Parts: sequence; C-alpha cells; structure tokens
Amino acid sequence: MDPTDSTAEYPPDSPVLADLAASWKSAYIHVPFCARRCPYCDFAIVDESAGGAADHTTYIGAVAAEIGMAADFGPLDAVNFGGGTPSRLAPELLERVIGALEVQFGLSEGAEMSLEVNPEDWSDEYGRGLVDAGLTRVSIGAQSFDPAVLDALGRLHDPDAIARTVSGVRTVGISSVGIDLIFGHPAETAASWERSIAAAMALEVDHISTYSLTVEPGTALSREIRAGAPAPDDDVQADRYHRFCDVASGHGFVRYEVSNHARDGHVCRYNLSTWAHGEYVAFGLGAHDHRWGRRERNHRRLDRYLGAIEAGERPRVGVEHLDDFHQERDRLMLGLRLAAGTPLTPTAERFAASEAGRRFIQAGILEAGDGRLRIIEPMMTDAVAREALSVSWHDC
Amino acid sequence: MDQSRIRNFSIIAHIDHGKSTLADRLLERTGAISERDMRDQVLDEMDLERERGITIKANAVRIDYTAANGDEYELNLIDTPGHVDFSYEVSRSLAACEGALLLVDASQGVEAQTLANAYLAVESGLEIIPVVNKIDLAAADPDRAAGELSGVLGGDPGDAVMVSAKSGAGIDDLLEAIVETLPPPGGRPEAPLRALVFDSYYDTYRGVVALVRVVDGSLTEGERVRLMARGVDLDVDEVGVRRPKIERTGSLVAGEVGYLMTGVKDIGLIRVGDTLTNADKGASEPLSGYDEPKPMVFSGLFPTDGDDFERLREALDKLRLNDSSLLYQAETSRALGFGFRVGFLGLLHMEIVRERLEREYSLDLVATAPSVEYRANLVDGGQQIVHGPQDLPDSGRLLSIEEPYVKVMIITPSQYIGTVMELVQSRRGEMGEMNYLSPERVELHYLMPLAEIVFDFFDMLKSRTRGYASLDYEPAEYRISDLVRVDILLNAQSVDAFSTVVHKDRAYAYGRAMVHKLRELIPRQLFDVPIQAAIGSRIIARETVKAKRKDVTAKCYGGDITRKRKLLERQKEGKKRMKMVGSVEVPQEAFVAALRISED
Repeated sequence: MDPTDSTAEYPPDSPVLADLAASWKSAYIHVPFCARRCPYCDFAIVDESAGGAADHTTYIGAVAAEIGMAADFGPLDAVNFGGGTPSRLAPELLERVIGALEVQFGLSEGAEMSLEVNPEDWSDEYGRGLVDAGLTRVSIGAQSFDPAVLDALGRLHDPDAIARTVSGVRTVGISSVGIDLIFGHPAETAASWERSIAAAMALEVDHISTYSLTVEPGTALSREIRAGAPAPDDDVQADRYHRFCDVASGHGFVRYEVSNHARDGHVCRYNLSTWAHGEYVAFGLGAHDHRWGRRERNHRRLDRYLGAIEAGERPRVGVEHLDDFHQERDRLMLGLRLAAGTPLTPTAERFAASEAGRRFIQAGILEAGDGRLRIIEPMMTDAVAREALSVSWHDC
Repeated sequence: MDQSRIRNFSIIAHIDHGKSTLADRLLERTGAISERDMRDQVLDEMDLERERGITIKANAVRIDYTAANGDEYELNLIDTPGHVDFSYEVSRSLAACEGALLLVDASQGVEAQTLANAYLAVESGLEIIPVVNKIDLAAADPDRAAGELSGVLGGDPGDAVMVSAKSGAGIDDLLEAIVETLPPPGGRPEAPLRALVFDSYYDTYRGVVALVRVVDGSLTEGERVRLMARGVDLDVDEVGVRRPKIERTGSLVAGEVGYLMTGVKDIGLIRVGDTLTNADKGASEPLSGYDEPKPMVFSGLFPTDGDDFERLREALDKLRLNDSSLLYQAETSRALGFGFRVGFLGLLHMEIVRERLEREYSLDLVATAPSVEYRANLVDGGQQIVHGPQDLPDSGRLLSIEEPYVKVMIITPSQYIGTVMELVQSRRGEMGEMNYLSPERVELHYLMPLAEIVFDFFDMLKSRTRGYASLDYEPAEYRISDLVRVDILLNAQSVDAFSTVVHKDRAYAYGRAMVHKLRELIPRQLFDVPIQAAIGSRIIARETVKAKRKDVTAKCYGGDITRKRKLLERQKEGKKRMKMVGSVEVPQEAFVAALRISED
C-alpha cells in the first residue's frame, strides 16, 4: 500500500502501520556540518567553528557520487537529511542530492522528504528554497524553551526563534512540521520542563520527538561530569518523560515509539520504518545502511570519506552480515521500541515465555497478546531488549 | 660425602627481604647453576610464586662448595615458604636442617614473620647466622638491623654477615660462615633408616615426589620402606638430589637431603612430617613432630555458573594432588547453589587457592566471607563443630559458642603503638607482652579471636601504620564468647551466604553497616528490594533498593543499529557477573562485602 495512504489511514501506533513500515524503503543522508559541537554530542560532525567553513559543495558532490555508485534499491518512500545540521546546506545542494537519489532509485508518489533544521538557520526565503527543492517535512531542533537549558546544551538559538521557525515553515507551505526536545539536563527544573511542554503544545506542531539527555563517553559533557558537574538523574528523567507523555496525549499526540509522538497522519515514515526493521540506504560521513541482511558503515573522518570517493571507491569501513536468525533478533530489539510492539514470532514468544520475559510481564513492563509483544513502560526498553537479545540467542 | 662436610640449612626471611635473590646468588657463585640457565627466583617454580615474589612450596637444592682452605663441602639449601599460614611446613623444613640464615633487609629490620620463624628455628635447636641484606641501598641502616638481630638472637651485632644479594657483595663471606659456623649433621649411618618427609609434590609423569632428609641409615633404590604415621609400605623407585635439576644418585645416606619417587599417585599418602623407615627391621620410634594439616579458615566457594560445579570439583582434586593441606566438602547454599566449603591454613593460603582455581582452571567463583571453626555447645550436652555461620544450630538448641583465639605478634615502629593498640582493642584483643626491639621498633603480643583477624585486620593494620607493621599469629585456645549470627534478608528471604557470626556488642553496628553496603552494591531492579539485617526473627536494620525507573537510551545515531546492539550485548555480558538470589540480581562483590566493613 502507498505510504501516503496508509499513514493517513492508520493511527501512528497502529500495528498494521508498523508492519507495513517494515516494507518501506528509505534513504538517509548525513550532513555533518555544525556551527559548533554541542557539549553532549558524539556524532560524526564537522565543527565549522574550529576549522573554518568546510566546502559544502565538495561534500555534496561526493555524496552525489556515492549515490551514483549504489546498487539499485527501488523507489524510495522516505528520504531524511540528518546531521550534523542539515540546515547549514543551501537548498540548491539539497536539491542536487534529491536529484541524484531520484535518478538512482526513483521516488515513490508522495515520498516523505524530511530535513532537520536549526532555528537560527531559518528564514522564510530559506524555507521557500526547501519547498522548491522538494522537502515535505521539517523537524526543528528546538531542544528546550528554557533559555538556561538552551545555554547549558550549547544551542545558539533563543526560545522565540522556535516559534518563528514553526510559523515560517507553515507559511511557506511545508505540510508536516515537528520539533525535537531534549529533557533531563541538570540545568532543567521540573517547572522549566513544564513550561517547555506548554510552549511546545501551544505551537500546535504535528510531531514531537523527546530525547532524554544521554551522557556519551568522550564528550565535553562527560568530562564536566567527571570533574564534578551534576549528572542527569534517571528518576528525574523518568518523571519528566511521563509528564510529557501525559500532557501530549491530552493534546492529541500519539506515542508511536519510545521518543516519538505524532498527530494522526503525521507519523515520520523514515523513523517508523527504521524501528520496524525496514531497509534503508545511507550516504555521507559515518552513515549506516541496512539492506539485504547487511549493515554497512561509512568512514567517520571527512578526509578518508572524501579520499575514497575521489579514488572512485565506496567509502565503506565495515560491513556486518546477518543471517535470518540475526535479522530476527534485530527486528525484535528494534520493534520493542515501537508502541505497536513487534509481531509475536516464535522467537518473540520464546522470549515472552522465558524467565526474564515473565519477570518483565509480572513487573508491568512488557505485555504479550493479540499477536504482538509490546513494552508498556518505554523507559525500561533497553532492560527488555538486552534480555530479548540473549534469550533468543540461547534458544537457537 | 663424609658427614662432617655436609651442611643443611634454610633461609628465614620476611617477604621482599631478598630470600630468593640470595638463593639465586648462592647457586650462581658456587657454579650450581650456569649463567645461561640463571633467572630470577630460580627455586620458585610456580608462576604465582614468581609473580608475587613468595615461596609457596618448599624446595631443596644441593650445592658443591670448595671452601677457602680447599676443603670440599656439600651444602643443602632448603627453601621454605615463609608465611605464617605454612608454619607447619616451615617447622618440618627447619627440622631437616642444622642451621638457618636469618636474613633481614638493612632498611626494614626484623619483621614479625621473621621473628616467629626465627623463634621456631631456635626452638628446633638450629644454629643461626644473622645476615643483613641490601646493604647497598640508599636507605640501608645495616648497623640498626644488625643491632635488632643481636637483640633477638643474643650475641654481638658484629656477628651479622653483611651482604647484597643483588650485587653479590659479601656472598663469599657468607659461604665461609656457613661451613665454619653451622654444625654438620649428626645422624647414625649404621642405624635403621629414619628419613623425614619435609615436602612432597605431584609430577604428572612420576607420581608423588617426596623431598626427604635422611636422619639415620640410608635410603636406597629397590628397597621397601614404610611411612610410619600412615602405616603404608612403598617401593623406592628412584632416589636422587636436585641441583636444582633432578640428578639420580641411587641412594641417600644419613645427613643428606634429596628426593624420593615411589610411583604413588595419592599425595595424601605421603604427608609432610611423616617418617620413612625400612619396611623390614625398621626403626621403632618415628622422628618427632608429625601433625595432621589443620585448616584455620573456611570459606564457601561456588561457581558463578552452576554448570561449572563438576569442573570446580575436578580442579580442587587436582590442586589437592600438590597440596595435602587443602580440605573441602560439597556444600549447598540456597543462594549460591552447589559448591564447596573449603578449609585453608590461613588467609594467604585461601587467596592462593582461589587465585589458582580462577587462573589455572579458568573458573569464575563466588567466595563467601571467611569463617573460623566454631564449637557449638548444645543444650542436650553435645558439641557441634561449625565451619560456617549457616551451620550454627538454632538459638533454642544452643547453650554457648566457643571460638578460636590466636596468639598475635605485631612488630611496628614505636610511633604507631597507639593506633595499633586502638585497632587491636576494637577487635577484642587482649594485650600481652610488649618488648622494644630497638628504641624505634616494638614487638606487641596479644590474644585475639581469630575471627577478628580473618576479615580485614591485616589491611587495617597496614593502612594505619603506613605499611610498616607486620603480623604473625599462632593458634592459642578456644573460649566461650557472646556471639550471635546476623542474617541478611533480601526481599524478605534470608540469604544464607550473607550470614555472619559476630560478637553481640557489635551486632547492631555490623548489621547497619552490612545493610548499607549492600544497598550500595545491589543495583536497582524491576521492583523495590528491601534489605534487612536480623538476629533470629528480630530485624535490626533495614534499607531499600528502589525499583529502577529508567533503562533506555535515546535515538541511535544515524541508524547505527550495530552499535546499539553491541552495547546491549556488552551490558548483558556485564550482568553475567551477577548471581540470581531468589528474584534479585546480586553482584559477586556483595558476597565479600562483609570483608570491607570496617569497625567504624
């Protein structure tokens, strides 16, 4: 079924939709450029404050060349530009990538074309460029509506810029607009989170992603904490998460994945498909691709990435081959993140019946029924996934 | 060799005072070992010995020495373990000698362990040569060390031989002192055979190899001999000496030291301290001093993975081939499943056995807190021997509990006397004698419950004296004490592996500390876990590990599912170090938490 029709027809947390999403084909484009590195970030990025402005045109040329080297995949149902900061790119460069994808793979009718945008990059003129380039969906890196938290997160915008961006996106005619929020930074208080939630609701966006702040090793944040700065607290994060879910559902948002909430018809296809174990091609620095039972990954260093492309080679640094059983494990691990859960396959059933599985069910974290295995306490997803991976392994 | 030209001696020294280096140097100087074959600690053959710089098994090596006056001598160096845990083995090794070198580090002086072994040597009637080692160190104070030695042994500080085992300085003087000062053996070559077994080890190809000192008569291949304590007869397959490589000689005569092979596979038959005599027309009286190995410390050893129980049994059986003092019996714990209660000679012995099981047999083990041997006097008049808190009878049947006391000797720089006294008193120690070895160093004697030592006493002593104090102890007596068993309940279920016997006065403090420690060590679970300490049915402390509320990470970077999966798998691997106790996951460190609870 055409993704456009199905996302409109089924609610975001529908099992039917999740199963359909497993058959969608997506593309991910990594845009590594950032005005500077945020203190919590460990992604493969190019910090333009440190090395001066990188040459966007050369990079996009390389990405287009990489797309040209890819084997056929079939028409794409969703394309996502992630980063880094994709909105650092001029619309013409985005258009060039979309053109290359269209030539190489083709685009489905009504394909979702999404882009992450930082509020400080937005102008209505830029937005019109995005529309011309073919973008249909924008996700705004709002992160918080509390200036103190934005500052602590190292973000460059103020809360007003978020509202301006949302209304700008609407004005230029982009059909789906969402915001990303990060919660649980020690600089955030219960009251400021409450205000952020209220502000987010007032904007009446179509989609909200809420991510708990995670301390990754090697980041400035982790160094600060080692030096004695307060660390995020699990209990506080759990409280903030549940509070958001309560308020958002009262405003018509449906949680379809641990961190993702959409109004009817606005589920992010790229997102849903990834968790539903769909296939995707991925291009650019440090990008990860998944198809035909293989997970491949690209160089994380810009010079190596560009060097490989220049030499006419695919910029791969690693590949993982997964047999049917290991793909089944991945599907279970990923599907457990979805509100719709994962089909109760023989592997999933073995897990549900295992000692660990029964403990989670007893504790009210997991449920099995109606042909699905689903987590009802999303904050405990990794605890379940960890056991699910090992139980299915031991039983085979 | 003419008996008058034989010298049998051992070296007594504290750990790190240079015993093995001195042995190396003696072997090298006399040409017993070529430069090509020389390596450090040549007599310590076990990896663990070389790594820790300690001697666990005894060894004996024959050295040919031509004295300054041209006379040829046969020197037998008997290398002994120095540690208090092996004091019985040490006493047997000393019994095989006529003399001993009492070696002290010129910068450290006399230590408790050295002193204990020196007293043992003096009591055994050995001639002692005081030796001051490491005289070339910057911090060396050879005169003070020599003064301490003369204070202990009597005699003149000038008697001490000054050496540097490292550089070889003074080694010639020492060799001359050995032949001049130490007496030759005095056995009767024509009398029936009496030979002392002072150590034995298991060789995969040759079976049990015994190290022996022939006191009277001779030991010859092809003869039949009798082990007098065990009452077992054996054929002498092979006799020889170690140089340190094995050299077959066919016989050993009175005064000589060497090895004996009989093809016996069971090391339990050939016990240290037993006397060998002729099977036919043998001696009527054995040599004195035989004793059965007596474990002092007991600990439960359980495989982390219950499937490894049989492997643990096999590993213990194999270790026992070389260590007849290792005693064990199968034990079942509600919390830890199937395992063994193992008896050890002391704390070092326990540590060594555990380490060898984990390293040489790749076993992952949970060890319970060490216990001592209690005697439970029952209301019905009976007495029950108890090797672990879980075996203690119910209070209704129990009249009183007796616990082992030990005589403790501590040598410390005098500036720490106050701190040492405080520590010992907090562990129910009773002050005995106090002697000054020198104005700076003092020897303190105490009577203390062994149970107070087996936890963290040695660590505490070391940390409070900046590592300067040394400790030695020996069994003294059993006494009735006011002891209670403190049980720990997880999720309202008593966990046998956590039970401990403590003095009544300390039970509350211990219960509180243990519960607090466990709350820190036990990770949050899917539900609240109450942790309680109880004496009988009375709860004396309680804390709760709150249920875990968040265990999820945010999005995957750029679709990197591989990394996500690997992270989860790694985390799961880490959880394998946990033991399921009922429905609670308990990390292995928790089972020895009691060890780390200080008295404050």
